[in-house]
Amino acid sequence: MSIVLQGAAPLGGKPTDVLIDGDVIAEIGSGLSGDRIVDAHGLVLLPGFVDLHTHLREPGREDTETVATGSAAAALGGFTAVHAMANTTPVADTAEIVEQVWRLGIDAGLVDVRPVGAVSHGLAGEQLAEIGNMARSAARVRVFSDDGRCVHDARLMRRALEYVKPFDAVIAQHAQDPRLADATACCHEGEVSGRLGLPGWPAVAEESIIARDVMLAEHTNSRLHVCHVSTGGSVEVIRWAKARGISVTAEVTPHHLLLTCDLLGDYDPVFKVNPPLRPPADVEALRAALADGTIDAVATDHAPHASHDKDHAFAEAAFGMLGLETALGVVAETMVATGLLDWAGVADRMSVRPAAIARVAGHGGPIAVGSSANLTLVDPSASYLVDPDRLASRSRNTPFAGRTLPAQVVATFLHGEPTVLDSALATVRA
Amino acid sequence: MKSLLSAADLDRDEATAILDTAVRMHAIQTREVKKLPPLRGRTIVNLFFEDSTRTRSSFEIAGKWLSADVINVSAKGSSVSKGESLRDTVLTVAAMGVDALVVRHHASGAVQRLASWVDCAVVNAGDGTHEHPTQALLDAYTLRNRLGSLDDRHVVIVGDITHSRVARSNVLLLRTLGARVTLVAPPTLMPSGVSTWPCTTSWDLDETLSGKAFGDVDAVMMLRVQRERMSGGYFPSEREYAIGYGLSPARLDLLPDHAPVLHPGPMNRGLEISSLAADGPRSLVLDQVQAGVAVRMAVLFRLLAGSGEEVSV
Repeated sequence: MSIVLQGAAPLGGKPTDVLIDGDVIAEIGSGLSGDRIVDAHGLVLLPGFVDLHTHLREPGREDTETVATGSAAAALGGFTAVHAMANTTPVADTAEIVEQVWRLGIDAGLVDVRPVGAVSHGLAGEQLAEIGNMARSAARVRVFSDDGRCVHDARLMRRALEYVKPFDAVIAQHAQDPRLADATACCHEGEVSGRLGLPGWPAVAEESIIARDVMLAEHTNSRLHVCHVSTGGSVEVIRWAKARGISVTAEVTPHHLLLTCDLLGDYDPVFKVNPPLRPPADVEALRAALADGTIDAVATDHAPHASHDKDHAFAEAAFGMLGLETALGVVAETMVATGLLDWAGVADRMSVRPAAIARVAGHGGPIAVGSSANLTLVDPSASYLVDPDRLASRSRNTPFAGRTLPAQVVATFLHGEPTVLDSALATVRA
Repeated sequence: MKSLLSAADLDRDEATAILDTAVRMHAIQTREVKKLPPLRGRTIVNLFFEDSTRTRSSFEIAGKWLSADVINVSAKGSSVSKGESLRDTVLTVAAMGVDALVVRHHASGAVQRLASWVDCAVVNAGDGTHEHPTQALLDAYTLRNRLGSLDDRHVVIVGDITHSRVARSNVLLLRTLGARVTLVAPPTLMPSGVSTWPCTTSWDLDETLSGKAFGDVDAVMMLRVQRERMSGGYFPSEREYAIGYGLSPARLDLLPDHAPVLHPGPMNRGLEISSLAADGPRSLVLDQVQAGVAVRMAVLFRLLAGSGEEVSV
């Protein structure tokens, strides 16, 4: 089957027709025809987004999300590939578990689900997980992370960085020194934590680990990726490391680009996330770093939680926020509407660079003849109200509820097949 | 006023009205028959997620002297560990037909959070390291009794400010009532962002008590220092803490004659306070306890009988 996207604007440029034939872009030009016509006038055509950081909760917490429901949320958010973090139950620390997640992704058929393997056995931070077996498995794992926990032992981190080199894989670090920010730390340490009496999570707990890790990456000549960078100080360390030629990449979440710790005044745990929301100055630094490329990618850290895991006192509620379905809207509001990024920049930070970091073939390619047809059509002039009850995710913990966000995903194509049409899930096999 | 969640909920008029009502309540404490009728038929639940003997009994006596039915519910241990959400626990208790919940919780903000889920009155009896507004009211009551007025009085609060709900509520309420506050603690026990609070701060107790730092002192309030803070690395040893920040007999002598000593209890004698300070003529520790009942009667009365009602004693 062939599909013509009529009048689409690749990367926000000059409108043209784009012909998808099979799973590739077959032709770009005017007056193209195909089996199926999609009216894309006024829409921006982008490479399908690649998320380096999601929690799909399967196996273990299927009451909050499954690979299928998380895939649906991802497709609706314009994603064509997502990385599923390893902190499932059981932990994704063997070839068997990562292959299970990978197969569930194929069964769902809405995005390419790329499992992330644990760095350490059971995420315990003591002994390496079976990294080689996961890398060599059918899931072909290329990103390893103990996300949710920091690989805080310097020797283990060093070994992990060394060990993944034959697989061209990357260690994605959740930077949080557990001695400076323990499991109870839940509020940016500063005026707000002092006033509210909440355990502080100081910026230095993140920055000191990143500083150590970039030196380890240099020493081992290996690849380091920093998850969910949240402070201006972290940005400075990463900028320095990149200037020095160290192989370090970094991501920022949509929520850290928009929300600040000033939202914690009512102790509503929908705003509880790890790392915590930071003051406005950090938000500004993160936006600037994403704009200048110091931060390479936007990654959602999509973290579904049941309401009964959030209906607690702030300190006792679960960490995490939904992100897949609102990611583009938040990026459009914080980066595009502000003039910090154009659509080509959005494509670079949400698709091209994350695909390169995680070595995801077929994603993040140029909008050009011969590229894999993993694509997203966005209406830059549409806006929408975030209604938690209308999300495809099985959970409702969006911090953006009630906000109106710009730029709506209209259609998503995975390997040439529509997964989303008219901003709703398409019946792929119809 | 529907609930009392934070000392910041009280403006000067409201706080003064509570203290004035408490004066009348205080009068019945010396009577043989300690019972007033205004809350007859009303039900108050003391919902305590954290152990507390003095605050719970104080609220219990206050409710009973106003003729309310008072039930104590211990919900100790986090609801998380029991598998029940805070919301479920609270809605279950509230559904029994409760007029007021008096809540103590080990987590900051928990009381504010649960107040948004129920229709009844809620009194914060201490939430984590956040606030303890009735403690601040009883401290203000005690200080007003001793000093006459709080206007331009200089109150020094000493100890583990970071983890103290008493300090947070007192800074807010004492400022509302016109007093000046200085907080004294080692840097490790001084909260982040304290420079934005409406008070002055110091690391040096001697300089502060002598009046050299911020002027003459009218009262000093010592806070309890939990011994587990030592293992958290906040200070090296009890000995060093006592030497640096304890209210020793020598430090008592730095105070002007009129300045009283307060402590919310329970006291660590020999650590933050010497027995000479705790038991001496300056000590208002037992006055504070007595004021606690009167102030809590006043709060419950104003919440449940309405602020327009006059109490007839």
